[in-house]
Amino acid sequence: MHVSAFPASVTDSASDTLTDPMLSSLDGVRVSYAGGVAALDEVSLLFARGEQVAIIGPSGAGKTTLLHTLGCAIRPTAGRVRVLGRDPWAMPYKALHRLRSELFIAPQSPPLPPRQRVVNAVLAGRVPQWTTWNALKSLLHPLDAGAAHHALAHFRVEDKLFLRCDRLSGGERQRVGLARLLVSKARLLLLDEPVSALDPALAKSALETLQQEAFARGATLVVGLHAVDLALARFARLIGLRSGRVAFDLPRAKVTDALLAHLYGADLGVAFQEPPSTDDARLRVTRCL
Amino acid sequence: MSTVVRSVGPAPASLRDPSGPARIVWTIAAILILIPAAWLAEFNPATLMGEASLRATGQFLATFFPPALGLDFLELVARAAWKTVAIATVGTTLAVLIAIPFALIANRQLSVSALAEERMCFACAAVRTGVRWLLIALRTVPEIVWALLFVRAVGLGDAAGVIAIALTYGGMLGKVYMEILESNDARTTRALLVNGASRMQALLYGTLPVCLPELVSYTVYRWECAIRASVIMGFVGAGGLGMQMELSLKMFAGGEVLTMLAVFVALVWFADLVSAALRRWLG
Amino acid sequence: MSIPASAAPRFPVKSVLVPTVFLVFLGACITTLSGDWSGLFSRAAVANMLAFFVSFFPPAGGVAFLQRVVAAAMETLAISLIGTLLAAIGGLALALPASGRSGKIAKALTRWVANVLRAVPELVWAAMIVVAAGLGPLAGTLALAIHTTGVLGRLFAESLENIAPEPYEALRRNGVSPMPAFWYATFPQVLPQLVSYTLYRWENNIRAAAVLGVVGAGGLGQMLYVHLSLFQVQEASTVLIAVVVLVGLVDAASNAARARLIR
Repeated sequence: MHVSAFPASVTDSASDTLTDPMLSSLDGVRVSYAGGVAALDEVSLLFARGEQVAIIGPSGAGKTTLLHTLGCAIRPTAGRVRVLGRDPWAMPYKALHRLRSELFIAPQSPPLPPRQRVVNAVLAGRVPQWTTWNALKSLLHPLDAGAAHHALAHFRVEDKLFLRCDRLSGGERQRVGLARLLVSKARLLLLDEPVSALDPALAKSALETLQQEAFARGATLVVGLHAVDLALARFARLIGLRSGRVAFDLPRAKVTDALLAHLYGADLGVAFQEPPSTDDARLRVTRCL
Repeated sequence: MSTVVRSVGPAPASLRDPSGPARIVWTIAAILILIPAAWLAEFNPATLMGEASLRATGQFLATFFPPALGLDFLELVARAAWKTVAIATVGTTLAVLIAIPFALIANRQLSVSALAEERMCFACAAVRTGVRWLLIALRTVPEIVWALLFVRAVGLGDAAGVIAIALTYGGMLGKVYMEILESNDARTTRALLVNGASRMQALLYGTLPVCLPELVSYTVYRWECAIRASVIMGFVGAGGLGMQMELSLKMFAGGEVLTMLAVFVALVWFADLVSAALRRWLG
Repeated sequence: MSIPASAAPRFPVKSVLVPTVFLVFLGACITTLSGDWSGLFSRAAVANMLAFFVSFFPPAGGVAFLQRVVAAAMETLAISLIGTLLAAIGGLALALPASGRSGKIAKALTRWVANVLRAVPELVWAAMIVVAAGLGPLAGTLALAIHTTGVLGRLFAESLENIAPEPYEALRRNGVSPMPAFWYATFPQVLPQLVSYTLYRWENNIRAAAVLGVVGAGGLGQMLYVHLSLFQVQEASTVLIAVVVLVGLVDAASNAARARLIR
């Protein structure tokens, strides 16, 4: 059995009396493809409540897999996952469903239905808080267009409120996806390349908004970033991922150029440029929805 | 709600949904159309649930089981099914014979008069348009109406079905043949015509070799549809399985109807298989 | 210099075998068909047929009669509208499990049901329903609805299977229940195709509705059958014209609506 790197009191799985009941963690997690290739290998990380962490690493390092595993979308092949203090895979299905409404996964490409209007796409983030009946009513006539407008305004796309999603540019769609996060009530925010389509100034301001929001809610924020400079500038803690393993897990000050060079290898130059467009790789691992 | 400190400016006075009024209008329009329509269609589920109706339905359904499986009857059904296939086949063949000349006449590519000035002479255009309209007329009138008419004209039996299919499908095939021939790249045919080939030669050497697989494929598909159509036409007396089914239905012999329905479904499924295999093999 | 074996002309199987088999098959079919075919093409018979068709002109007029024709046309239109609408709802209900969202068994079962509903032609459904629901447009509406539910169920299921799953999955991962997730993510993606299929089926159903009356299911079809049975061919001719006009109008409306949908 894998020997955890963390003090026993924190990873005591026999009881729920953890030092911080809102802790999220991965402990010896391994996520494998069907062919045996490991997307994540022996990953052990701890996220305290309210922490804001950036995950960096070259393409294919496993950032997306890590975020989805933390978000209960992928069941690890080995190891334990703890989300907001609970083990998602030891729960009855209904409890897992409720747990999911407390987290928010923002995939790399915004999952917006093309012909849906922005107002409904944004308010979809509120649906877990509504009854089914209200959710359906809102489709006919938006129940809280004000909230959607307010959320969009934070990213300066409020004028697109009643437009169709397929009439937006890539950057606008990404911002609409982030606005959806703002109207939700999630306490664990997992964002995969949330600002990849935005220019540097807009990316900085959007990230700032997200971090302020996470702080105000006391939510844990974990962001997968390709742009290392952005990560260094805005996050106090950086986790470096390479080939599915944790290369380092350090406060910002301790992340040296040498570490970064080792992390990215020959790709270091690429890390400071525009990220290549990657489709969400469809992993053939156990998916439980 | 978000509690971000940074101000984003005042919310607009009203967040009117721009598609709100339109939706209301459409909803009202829909109600105004659907309620009279439902009344006209006598769509009143309550009548179905009424006791007399339920009893009649129950009794009717009860006659369906067990399905009639007597040997004599099965032989009758088999023969009727074969009749249906025969009607469909002969009807489709005649339809092809009707469609070919029409498609040729209406085909713009074979127009010699259009070569010189890119515009057909008036009389030729008139004939072509006339033929196109005739094809449309043949197609728009539903097959079963033709079947009805021909049953009145030539009497009950297979002949009415054959002629009905021949005419309607003749129109349909004519139109599709025309489209297939026209969608062909015109240059080969044109080259032949310009160099003095007759229309028939241009067709045989230019258009046909390219289009033949598609033409055959569509014809086989239509044959499969014709089988289904023959059964339906049989209901009004045009022979085959449909006519038998109607007789049994009139006599409330549910078991016989069930058997024939099963045979019909099997027949259609089988024809679908044959048609698909043929089209793959020939195409 | 001899031709290499690979270039030697092979026995043209396709161009000889196929026509031969076909001709044999055709011959068998022709011999099966009963009836006095020679009598059919005799002078007298042809003259009779021509006379029959000529007697259709001119079509009958008269205000009272035309009013009845228009009423029957409205009835036919209503049958096609309500029947198609019911089928769209029923088809969607069938398509949801048939696209695999509720497991393999549900998928197989609903697909089988849709196939059965599809396989039986509308006319046969109508003939059977007339027994239960009595003569009149209700039987026609139900027959159309039942048959078209099978057709649309299958088409809708294929549409549902072909859309991108990401929007739906993203919502489900964030804690949205299946039903709201369907309406917020899947439905907007698939709606244009659903509407397009439904409109296309409406074009078919107006033709079907026109003829269902032949078995007593109301509308223009019933009128046509009655007049033909009484050999009132001129009245039948008017009804036929009404059918063609009605079908043309519905075709035009459906095409216009579908064109607007694409924009």
